[in-house]
Amino acid sequence: MTTLPNTTLAAPRRAAPNLRPFLLYLAMAALMVGTGFVMGWNYALTVMNMGLISAIMALGVNLQWGFAGLFNVGIMGFVALGGLAAVLVSMPPVGEAWAAGGARTLAGLVLGVLTVVALVVVRRRLGTGRGKVIAMIAVGVVGFIVTRMVMDPGTTAVEAISPSSTGYLGGLGLPILLAWPAGGLLAAGAAWIIGKTALGLRSDYLAIATLGIAEIILAILKNEDWLARGVKNVVGIPSPVPRAIDLQNDPSFVARAADLGLSPVDASTLWVKILYMALFAVVLLALLWLAQMALRSPWGRMMRAIRDNEVAAEAMGKNVTARHLQIFILGSAICGIAGAMMVTLDSQLTPGSYQPLRYTFLIWVMVIVGGSGNNWGAVLGGFLIWWLWVIVEPVGNALFGALNSVLPPDSLIASHLQDASAHMRLLTMGVILLLVLRFSPRGLIPEK
Amino acid sequence: MDLLNALVTFANFVFVPAVAYGSQLALGALGVTLIYGILRFSNFAHGETMSFGTAITIMATWGLQAAGVTAGPLPTALIALPIGIGATILLVLGTDRAVYRFYRDRKAAPVILVIVSMGVMFIMSAIVRFLVGVEDIQFADGERMLVSARDFKTWTGLEEGLAIRTTQVITVVVAAVAVALLFWFLNRTRTGKSMRAFSDNEDLALLSGINPDRVVAVTWILVAALATTAGVLYGLDKSFKAFTYFQLLLPIFASAVVGGLGNPLGAIAGGFVIAFSEVMVTYAWKQVVAYASFGAWAPDGLLQLMSTEYKFAVSFAILIIVLLFKPTGLFKGQSV
Repeated sequence: MTTLPNTTLAAPRRAAPNLRPFLLYLAMAALMVGTGFVMGWNYALTVMNMGLISAIMALGVNLQWGFAGLFNVGIMGFVALGGLAAVLVSMPPVGEAWAAGGARTLAGLVLGVLTVVALVVVRRRLGTGRGKVIAMIAVGVVGFIVTRMVMDPGTTAVEAISPSSTGYLGGLGLPILLAWPAGGLLAAGAAWIIGKTALGLRSDYLAIATLGIAEIILAILKNEDWLARGVKNVVGIPSPVPRAIDLQNDPSFVARAADLGLSPVDASTLWVKILYMALFAVVLLALLWLAQMALRSPWGRMMRAIRDNEVAAEAMGKNVTARHLQIFILGSAICGIAGAMMVTLDSQLTPGSYQPLRYTFLIWVMVIVGGSGNNWGAVLGGFLIWWLWVIVEPVGNALFGALNSVLPPDSLIASHLQDASAHMRLLTMGVILLLVLRFSPRGLIPEK
Repeated sequence: MDLLNALVTFANFVFVPAVAYGSQLALGALGVTLIYGILRFSNFAHGETMSFGTAITIMATWGLQAAGVTAGPLPTALIALPIGIGATILLVLGTDRAVYRFYRDRKAAPVILVIVSMGVMFIMSAIVRFLVGVEDIQFADGERMLVSARDFKTWTGLEEGLAIRTTQVITVVVAAVAVALLFWFLNRTRTGKSMRAFSDNEDLALLSGINPDRVVAVTWILVAALATTAGVLYGLDKSFKAFTYFQLLLPIFASAVVGGLGNPLGAIAGGFVIAFSEVMVTYAWKQVVAYASFGAWAPDGLLQLMSTEYKFAVSFAILIIVLLFKPTGLFKGQSV
């Protein structure tokens, strides 16, 4: 990890272009197309769309780890915040709920923020000693009690409004595409708070702090029903592309589908997924372009200099903590954007489905396998690892199925293996991560 | 009388559960802190190590039960515990040989070892799921209650009952024995002393002829024993579920950091600090307050500071507060 990137020495560009990334991307494309031929195009497009989102998440983590060496294991939290933004921006507001308890809830939120601000002011302004601690405890306790007293009746009233269908405040009713940058902003805000407290401490403290904040964000999403219905899920989030059912009722679309020899149902689902793919690809390419620009800019060189030797960079007058905070916010914002896109694609927010193994540690595998410090590598890792994650289960099923046909059908081992194929993905990911770390620690497309 | 009732309610719903939970956290945090002190990285696979040991113990328990062997009033899992510990020792020693040693020899940065432990975490969690699946498993048998609420009421004539489950007592006793053994080992034996020397100053320890491979191996053996014990006790007290053990990682890390990473005494204190705060913040105090004020003030609300789902937030908040004001933990820990 302490290899000196020779790009910082402004070495002349190599004349012969490196073919390796190109070939690897070609192979990845072949895998996707192959999946289409074997498992059906609908399936392949589903994998592709999630692959695009995973690539964006990997890009965000690569910014933090690859550029700056920051160890963030709270990706799941930022992704979930992005998903929350999709609900808050695009769902129609629930008028009754706002009338019943909206004002109190908002006032409670403002009071909560004021309490935190007051705590920070007390911590900064008062001197040291016992008085400061007592003052902080007093402010915290009073603020907490007042906030709860104002807010609790409000949230209870909101949650009482037809809990089976709404029971929450709803969103702003704005176009869903606005939710993507909003998701980024929300995640950036959370990252700012975490970064302010945990950056500048030791690196593994940042890891533990981010691990904790992700769990807390999920706990809030699951329990604050007034916010986004908690575990009752928000469904029917508006879509930026035409819905399949509308296409099927559109005679001109049905006619064009018939020309291609497709049934209206097949054609509409495929078309919707292709539209999503195009949207996601635009976002990915834009972010990738920005990340590449950043990597090559003086700012990117400074970041890598800080990563490779913090003390030397500090001696050169670079503000290491401020730069770390900056890139931590940027990377988390990208994860937030990806989270909003994912909820848009699913058109539902299901807080119960967020699991750290899937949304934090899997993204780490993507970055490490793809090549940390190289944006193209991280993106490739995103596609490849997502593809493997999806494909391992059916392959495992097929393998175990073949094994089962040999074994006596009602044996204990046979039934055990049937359940076991679902856990193949965890095993595969662990083995891949360890193998790459051991034998090719710089990843598939290493940093130049 | 009312004051007694208040005390009994407090003991029943706060003190007893928190002591049991705190013992479990302390054992878990001891494992994390030992690895941090000797191998110098935060082991993300620790929750899965606990879960693996518990899974093996559960399977051994089933085997024993099928063979008709039980421990009478005590849970059968206590007989099976050594089997679980043995299997976990083999697993972590194998992992160390196959995975960690390579990086140790190359003196890799601690953060690389943390990432490596993520890979180990994936593999271990897959193994656990292969072995016992993802369902909730209750494996406590034997006598369920040591003191039941009804018996307590008839004995004392109080309105409130105090229930103490067998598993809670076992947790505290086993944890106390394990901690006593560990401290005896670290403070009195030659190997234990060499471990502490290695933790304090690696170069000096190597210079004085301490065999690092032996220190590392002994550390892993201790960690496996502690992790399995912690996992089995937690599973007996609550239930076993693969995912819950992953989630235990956060309070365990919090305990270890709050106490001071690398400091065994701190890990124990941290475990109890975290457990008591979690239980007290998420407990509804209505009943206790009503008794303590002699019925003069019966609050309308539950007087619950936070709903139980936010217990992670509590351990996290304490972690942040301690980090901000005392970055090396309550007891002086190491800082790398």
